[in-house]
Amino acid sequence: MDRAIAIDVSHLSKSYGSHVAVADISFQVYAGEIFGLLGPNGAGKSTTLRTLITLLTPSSGTATVLGLDTVRDADKVRHVIGYVPQERAIDRFLTGREHLELLAALYHLPKDEAAKRIGELLKLVELESHADRPAKTYSGGMKRKLDIACGLLPDPKILFLDEPTLGLDVQSRLRIWDYVRMLKARGMTVVMTTNYLDEADQLCDRLAIIDGGRIKTLGSPVELKVGLGGDIVSVTLKESAKIPALESALKGQPAIRAVRATDKGLDIRVESPEKALPAVLEAANRLNCGVEFIQYNRPRLDDVFIAHTGRRIEETTPSKME
Amino acid sequence: MKEYWQEISALTMRWVRRLSREKFSMLFTLVQPMLFWLIFFGNLFQRAADTQVTQAPNYISFLAAGVVVMTVLNNGLAGGVDLLFDKENGFLERLMSTPIHRTSVILSRFIFVMAITSLQVLVILGVAFLFGVRPATGLLGIAAILLIGMMFGVGLTAISMAMAFSVKSHGDFFSVLGFLSLPMIFLSSALVPLAAMPGWMSFLAKFNPMTWAIDAVRPLILSGWSEALPHVGMVIVVMVIFDALCLYGGAKAFRRAMG
Ligand SMILES: Nc1ncnc2c1ncn2[C@@H]1O[C@H](COP(=O)(O)OP(=O)(O)OP(=O)(O)O)[C@@H](O)[C@H]1O
Ligand SMILES: [Mg+2]
Repeated sequence: MDRAIAIDVSHLSKSYGSHVAVADISFQVYAGEIFGLLGPNGAGKSTTLRTLITLLTPSSGTATVLGLDTVRDADKVRHVIGYVPQERAIDRFLTGREHLELLAALYHLPKDEAAKRIGELLKLVELESHADRPAKTYSGGMKRKLDIACGLLPDPKILFLDEPTLGLDVQSRLRIWDYVRMLKARGMTVVMTTNYLDEADQLCDRLAIIDGGRIKTLGSPVELKVGLGGDIVSVTLKESAKIPALESALKGQPAIRAVRATDKGLDIRVESPEKALPAVLEAANRLNCGVEFIQYNRPRLDDVFIAHTGRRIEETTPSKME
Repeated sequence: MKEYWQEISALTMRWVRRLSREKFSMLFTLVQPMLFWLIFFGNLFQRAADTQVTQAPNYISFLAAGVVVMTVLNNGLAGGVDLLFDKENGFLERLMSTPIHRTSVILSRFIFVMAITSLQVLVILGVAFLFGVRPATGLLGIAAILLIGMMFGVGLTAISMAMAFSVKSHGDFFSVLGFLSLPMIFLSSALVPLAAMPGWMSFLAKFNPMTWAIDAVRPLILSGWSEALPHVGMVIVVMVIFDALCLYGGAKAFRRAMG
């Protein structure tokens, strides 16, 4: 693939004192894609993001954004990015409009240009009618929308979103997914972190699973799932005595990748269910195995996460702050 | 340069807006407890304080200089609080991710704190005036008082910001603040002249930059230029050293926090 590279991270490490938050990670983000960093609490997602937006200097390794080094050319990098922090970085006493006006001054926009852009953004995130109320009167979702509007104000080439939907209700989450897709459609590159599997699955073009400061695997959601070795057909038999016979009959068949005996039946890894299911049923019929139950599972991102980290994402407790 | 100024004025405006939105805290910031010190303490000790000791016509005119510098102290030491909150809620990170000069946020804070402090000093001098305290050195003397206040304030604000950038939690910040401010006041010539203090206290008070500031402000209010000038010259030297130390420490803490 020779797509344009927007971000290039090479052997990046970051330690806080003796605590290693990010250890030797390398990855690339292509121009125009939605790239996700998926990982549990304390995995090092925000640390990675903060390095990319020039707020942290790497302990070792380098990162470039549109060819600009995040340390040497930090000021130039800041001109091409927008950032939406993980915390609601809102000043309770300022109104929504004042937030955007402040940022417009910090990006040195001329007055009329700023006013035009602020108007557009308020419309985009549907905050027009609340623009002149202090932010302390906003709901969580409204604050998040304002956050995103702030990130978009500089009209960045690359937008960094740190856990954009953390703690939002389903509707607001879907709304934010829509924004992100729309930004992509406009040609923006988006880098986001999340610890929601469904968000990573549905929103990201490619993602890196990060755990304990290391990248465990990287690819598109589909690639990652396929990489596990196909879909799984679980068969439960009426008589467990017939399991070995069916197992040996299925092994080596073209549509079937692997067969594993379980307590009550078989777990069969298949390439495509259309070809495999008839073969499985035909063999069961031929051997006179009564099938009690048959279930077909696509591997989910859950399974990918478990396969690469050895546990479920929900089971990971936040590592203690020190 | 134009851009730098655009950043600083926008950031300074933010501090002004915040203050104006917090009506209650504005009242307490501008009409500070310091005024109560002046009015209540000043009048309460009117009879108890010996004018032979204070070398002033009355206690309130003696105390005015102390209250002026205490105002500078309190404002300066609290000057970093808003940055502490900005650091904790991520707003600082948002500001620093924009292409602003790395010093803009800090500079805007200095400007704001100095402006508010000067305003308060003027209010205190005004109230003292109502109680019959006429600054002996006139308007020029008041300008000198403001200058001394700002020089002291810059160092204090730098300490406060350094703490804001270094502390782990804001509980720590406020405990250090509480721990610093009262001894600074009692181990200075704010309430009692050095000559009337127990030996060990007056010894320690000599190392307190606040003492030097008060000893220059007091003759500006009570005596006149001939008496005040040597003290003013001295305090300028002391404050240049004090500010240099504080700014150096502040810059180090800032760089560590932003690295
Ligand atoms: N300023 C800091 N000082 C010391 N340690 C830190 C600091 N910031 C983060 N860490 C540590 O670095 C590790 C990675 O933190 P990071 O914030 O990058 O995680 P994360 O993946 O963003 O987690 P979350 O999902 O909770 O936001 C954690 O163990 C955290 O305790
Ligand atoms: Mg995080």
